[in-house]
Amino acid sequence: MTSTTTSERTLYNEILEATPHGERLNLCLQCGMCSGICPYGFAMEFPPRSLIAALRAEELTSALDSDLIWLCVSCFACASVCPVQIPLTTSLLTTFKAESMLRGKVPSELQAALENTRRYGNTLGESPRRRPEWASHLSPPVPLMAEAKEPVDVLWFVGDYASYHPRTQVVSRAMARLLRALDVNFGILGPEENSDGDAQLLSGEKGLYEMLVLKNGKAFAKYQFKQVVTTDPHAFNVIKNEYPRAGVTVPIQHYTQFLAERLDQLKPLLHRELNARVAYHDPCALGRANSNNIYDEPRQLLQAIPGLELVEMPHNRANTICCGGGGGGNWLDGFVWEQAHARTSEWRVEEAVRAGAEILAVACPYETPRFEDAVKSTGHQEELIVKDIAELLSEAMRD
Amino acid sequence: MDILVPIKLVPDLVEELEIAANGVALDRRFMRLIPSEQDDHALEEALLLKERHGGSVTVITLDTGDTDDTLYTAIAKGADRAIKVTGESFDEGVTNHAASSVLQAAAKDLTFDLVLTGAQATDDLDGSTGPLLAARLGLPFVGYVLAVSQEDGGIVVRKEYPGGLVAEMAVDLPAVLGISAAEKPPRYVVTSKVMEAMKTATIEEVAASDADAQGAAELARMYLPESGERAEMIEGGVDQVADAMVALFGKRGLLG
Amino acid sequence: MSKDVWVVVESLRGEVLENTYTMLAAGRTLADGLGGKLTALLLGSKAEGLAGTLGVADGVTYVDHPALADFTPDAYRRTISALVKEAAPRAVLMGHSSMGMDVASGISIDLGLPLVSACQTLSATAGFVSVTCGGKVLAEGKLPDPACLITLVPGGHKPQDGRKDTAPAVARVQPPVPLDDLKTKLKGYIEPEAGGIDITKESILVSVGRGIGQQDNLKLAEELAAALGGAVSASRPIVDQGWLPTSRLVGKSGKSVKPRLYLALGISGAPEHHEGMSDAECIVAVNTDEKAPILDYAQYGATVDALKLMPALIARVKQAKGG
Repeated sequence: MTSTTTSERTLYNEILEATPHGERLNLCLQCGMCSGICPYGFAMEFPPRSLIAALRAEELTSALDSDLIWLCVSCFACASVCPVQIPLTTSLLTTFKAESMLRGKVPSELQAALENTRRYGNTLGESPRRRPEWASHLSPPVPLMAEAKEPVDVLWFVGDYASYHPRTQVVSRAMARLLRALDVNFGILGPEENSDGDAQLLSGEKGLYEMLVLKNGKAFAKYQFKQVVTTDPHAFNVIKNEYPRAGVTVPIQHYTQFLAERLDQLKPLLHRELNARVAYHDPCALGRANSNNIYDEPRQLLQAIPGLELVEMPHNRANTICCGGGGGGNWLDGFVWEQAHARTSEWRVEEAVRAGAEILAVACPYETPRFEDAVKSTGHQEELIVKDIAELLSEAMRD
Repeated sequence: MDILVPIKLVPDLVEELEIAANGVALDRRFMRLIPSEQDDHALEEALLLKERHGGSVTVITLDTGDTDDTLYTAIAKGADRAIKVTGESFDEGVTNHAASSVLQAAAKDLTFDLVLTGAQATDDLDGSTGPLLAARLGLPFVGYVLAVSQEDGGIVVRKEYPGGLVAEMAVDLPAVLGISAAEKPPRYVVTSKVMEAMKTATIEEVAASDADAQGAAELARMYLPESGERAEMIEGGVDQVADAMVALFGKRGLLG
Repeated sequence: MSKDVWVVVESLRGEVLENTYTMLAAGRTLADGLGGKLTALLLGSKAEGLAGTLGVADGVTYVDHPALADFTPDAYRRTISALVKEAAPRAVLMGHSSMGMDVASGISIDLGLPLVSACQTLSATAGFVSVTCGGKVLAEGKLPDPACLITLVPGGHKPQDGRKDTAPAVARVQPPVPLDDLKTKLKGYIEPEAGGIDITKESILVSVGRGIGQQDNLKLAEELAAALGGAVSASRPIVDQGWLPTSRLVGKSGKSVKPRLYLALGISGAPEHHEGMSDAECIVAVNTDEKAPILDYAQYGATVDALKLMPALIARVKQAKGG
């Protein structure tokens, strides 16, 4: 143990102080609800309850020596069911991940994502200059804030995956079409936008998160806009709930909230019939994370599409099954598969098929590629397709 | 062992490269410079040796612009000293011959048993820094090294050859080694430790002596290859491409 | 000013390495253009027989000494430096390789001779063309005079043009300098991992690179390789991560392969990789970066996402093969 790592008692105190209501760790009843609901709790050596027990017994060493803390995908399930409302995800689990990292234990794929963030401001290791390229062939073009001559109403925070990943770029273009159709005065930051920092914060890299807040905060401060709208629930979650603590406060909505408010304007434009059964997957970051509780607006949008039959899956709303991509999870698939031999995204896909859905509707940029992979790995290519709500709305606008 | 790790900053190939107006060099104005990947491995190997046998690790780099992040990161990872050699025209790019000459002069004031540096860098056009420095210092050199161990008062290195064959060589100290891969991938260092290093550590600055710039060829032209004889591109989405490829495989008798 | 060209022969455990023939092909072109002689410089111990395939050269200079039995940087550099100093040829070609790069820089400093490395093409009139920045940039210039050192990479000259199975006249010379008190000594060799797949014997290779993303995705490549009746190989980043053993590495530090089909997925195709597969009969490259160097030398290319393509290919290949 090097001198830079924390002693047992200090770590306990650090966690207590780390987040608001962290002192609630003292209230833990050891009831085990958290370990029970954790999607990968079965494979962890120290699921949340056991971690607290180890903390209290001042036997952190074995907990910290295990690298299975990285099975936590920051889905907030534990925090949402804890009877004494301990903020387990953001305090206990994140701090343990941070300690693990200080001890040099971080899976290599996640390490690459973090190093890419430091160097390029995005987890994919792409050139920052090419961040707005997803929009380059759109006509009319998507306005860059740097080129806007007047204040805009909406600063659209696009996000890493939505900017660079080929599958999610399609969703971004659909969103651009929707904003145009609604005559929204908007702009994007383009190369001035950096990773939102949600995954970096939740995976324990606080210093990196702080660097991102600083950069994004500077970009926000340069321009005049009424609010931020984002297509990324993780960006929504972190900018709404964490950025203010770091000194950056901007009004922010997830795009489903923004569009739901404008349903009167949007609905007449949706004339193409879909004729399919659609199940909506509630993203953790939009719903149970930090009690964001956005469940109705996405459903309102879907039900506005003619011919769309909305079906519900048993695990919905606050009880949703995580896609496995949060808190750094998007870069831990290899590690998780090796340890757990299970994928939550596959559980979700099976549930959608059993609920009779033909389309799995999502509202998060990680989910389209993740669930499409799961559809293939479970062999349901003929039965289920995955679409973002923005894509479905955009397609409903076509002639 | 006291180990010196020279690190070279090289163009990041993630960004588009452009040729400078003079037509014989890269345009460095908007270029991102990053530490050469194999130099990162050299630093990692040095830190592993320090963890095993004690001693110290000193990183040294020429100030080609934007070097501080690399140096503070090295300190945050565990290096003991960071030295930046400043010189007038370094930000226009330095040949390996000139760089090794500058490093040789700077090394006079340093004591070390071992110099570890990357076996090669992506922009090498005149040999590589490691063996050039070794020759200038009059020290033995082995390159393409995958592992270093301390044995019988000296060191033994594993050197890679084509086909996965490895040679074990004993090397007298002091020596210079060209590392192609460390025994473990370069470690991650959390941002807060780098920030801490930026606040508490000092980068020592040394002025460069006059470099002996002889040894690199003069270029008549530097250019980006034309896509002339390019691949026949198969257009379309995944399904069309897959169809076309399977048809191609079939035509070539590859499907049995 | 001399017009002669030297090629330093690279051999490993009794076999001449292929890049020697590439150097001889380049050296022949250069010597003919200059109007000079091509000499192969061979160092070894009881290794005169290795001259048997060096027939493209006009002559072989052979230095025999126990200390030269295997390549070691110190012994080889001393010997080559001294001989070059004495004969002062116009150009000395060495491999841009584990052996050549160990000695070339040292000789440059020893003799004050300019060193041009990563050369792909040499010509008496046009000079040199070198490859840099992962194959994305080319640099050319005149061969420095009156003499220079060159390290050569494959790709510009064909090894077939550098090999002739006859022995030219062999001049045996004594080591020009003492070979005692050597600072680098060979202890032995370690064989690569035995058993498993030999990618050099496969006729179909599904090769994966950085673009494959996560280690998890390797199983798709395995499935595709199995469906095609081939094997999985990889470029350097995959092997460095430990996702596949070095026995699967294609390229300069790995194996040279000549399959009927080389399907490169998410591989950029930098020169070090190209070296290992340039002789493949059919190269099909999939890379989302349309500027990836591999698309310059592959026969067919596509810019779709390899991860999406693999399942689509697997399904169709299985169907085409009837189940």
